[in-house]
Amino acid sequence: MSDTPPRVVIAGAGHAGGSAAAMLRQVGFEGSIALIGDEPIPPYERPPLSKAWLKGEASAESLALRPAEFYTTQKIDLRLDTKVAGIDRAAKTAILGSGEAVPYDFLILALGARARRLPIPGIDLDGVLELRTAADADKLKAALGPGKRLAVVGGGYIGLEAAASARGLGAEATIIERETRVLARVACQQLSDFFEAYHRAQGVVIEVSAGVDCLEGTDGHVTGVRLTDGRLIPCDVALIGVGAVPNEEIAREAGLVCDGGIVVDLAARTSDPAIFAIGDCTKRPLPLYDRTMRLESVPNALEQAKQAAAAIYGRPPLPSEVPWFWSDQYDLRLQIAGIPFDATEIVVRGDIAAGKFALFHLAADGLVRAVEAVNASTEFMGGRRIVQRGKRLTADRIRDMAVTMQELAS
Amino acid sequence: MAKVTFIEHNGIPHTVEIAIGKTVMEAAVNNNVRGIDADCGGECACATCHVYIEPAWLDKIGLPADGSQEASMLSFAAVTQPDSRLSCQIVMTAELDGLVVRMPEGQH
Repeated sequence: MSDTPPRVVIAGAGHAGGSAAAMLRQVGFEGSIALIGDEPIPPYERPPLSKAWLKGEASAESLALRPAEFYTTQKIDLRLDTKVAGIDRAAKTAILGSGEAVPYDFLILALGARARRLPIPGIDLDGVLELRTAADADKLKAALGPGKRLAVVGGGYIGLEAAASARGLGAEATIIERETRVLARVACQQLSDFFEAYHRAQGVVIEVSAGVDCLEGTDGHVTGVRLTDGRLIPCDVALIGVGAVPNEEIAREAGLVCDGGIVVDLAARTSDPAIFAIGDCTKRPLPLYDRTMRLESVPNALEQAKQAAAAIYGRPPLPSEVPWFWSDQYDLRLQIAGIPFDATEIVVRGDIAAGKFALFHLAADGLVRAVEAVNASTEFMGGRRIVQRGKRLTADRIRDMAVTMQELAS
Repeated sequence: MAKVTFIEHNGIPHTVEIAIGKTVMEAAVNNNVRGIDADCGGECACATCHVYIEPAWLDKIGLPADGSQEASMLSFAAVTQPDSRLSCQIVMTAELDGLVVRMPEGQH
């Protein structure tokens, strides 16, 4: 590298991109930082959009990752409403939608993911919404209220959280799930059963093993979801929450290795050593599980932002963290440490009926792979440590509440 | 506005200003103070905004109640001490103007 300070361009100003810019300054990076995002507002937190913010318990201001003046004081050139449309790797420039070429020494792709679209009739009707951005959340919030009917297509975290928030606002909610249970891709049977029962007790209607044929409407506005068995779920607003697709197109077009996500190493580096990728758009190694995977979570975005900042500043790689996730629904806080790969046994600690418990996922040799904790923060925190250290535990010890989590984790 | 001083593990102090009603964690994050990660954004869900409260201030701030969410999270934070708190759970008041906290070596 020459003596001139390096230039970093960050494509995408979400949680990952915004954090990478801040972390570069934190580690002492003195070169220029351009943070380029296609949304109209500075980086903000997405998780509350389906939770506290949707329920009206958090202000728009509180969503901002940092105050607006932060970017000025930290000498971060924040460019909003601006899309990075391509990469010229030979010239080392990011090409904006306007055609402008922004030169970089290091490029960080923080492109995020977008909601998967259902290819069914009626998907373009008014009142058919998705939930990824603050603008999406504004529309959903405006459509909810006492007596309104929400139909959620997809029983994943977004759908369950939105249904819970809708109930809190006095709206009716129906969840339509294609699989035999909600959270089918991300949680075990016991946890799905627990959340289904809890939502039903809160007045949510849950339709499982239910295919969606089309969305029906009147005068261009959605009026119901037609199921493949012929039934109609009437609604005033329909939320489609059927997963996300990584925004990897500009990376693939530039010849970077992609495989259902931009492939990166544990320094968040892509197949081009001058280009990093972080957050939802990446497919990353999980050394703890000897796999690669795309993780859609804030902790992952932050971990990779740190990795990229460290690598760009010439610091040694950071130790890999245990993946973790959380979800708030009603008065329930679900916290998950790890991923239950290779697990063959599930051990319950605590009381499921009382809504305070943890599910330990063990591999055949007692190795703890993941802990799913509901209103059990100690089990979650201890679980993270246990998974990180590769501890082996017996089912009897896990179940025994006389054995503290501190003892289990030590 | 009120002042908070964060002292890094290596002794370097950072004094920043924060509006009354905001949390000590926000004072660090909004000013990019190194050593406060605040991964969960202030949800009391990650224990990466862990600080030690200087003795002179501990009486005013107090410790988390036994069995509270914060106490649970702290029991697994890195290198806790008797004066450990999660800074996302400390709301700034006029009485806390001038608060001094120290930071652990790491948050993970």
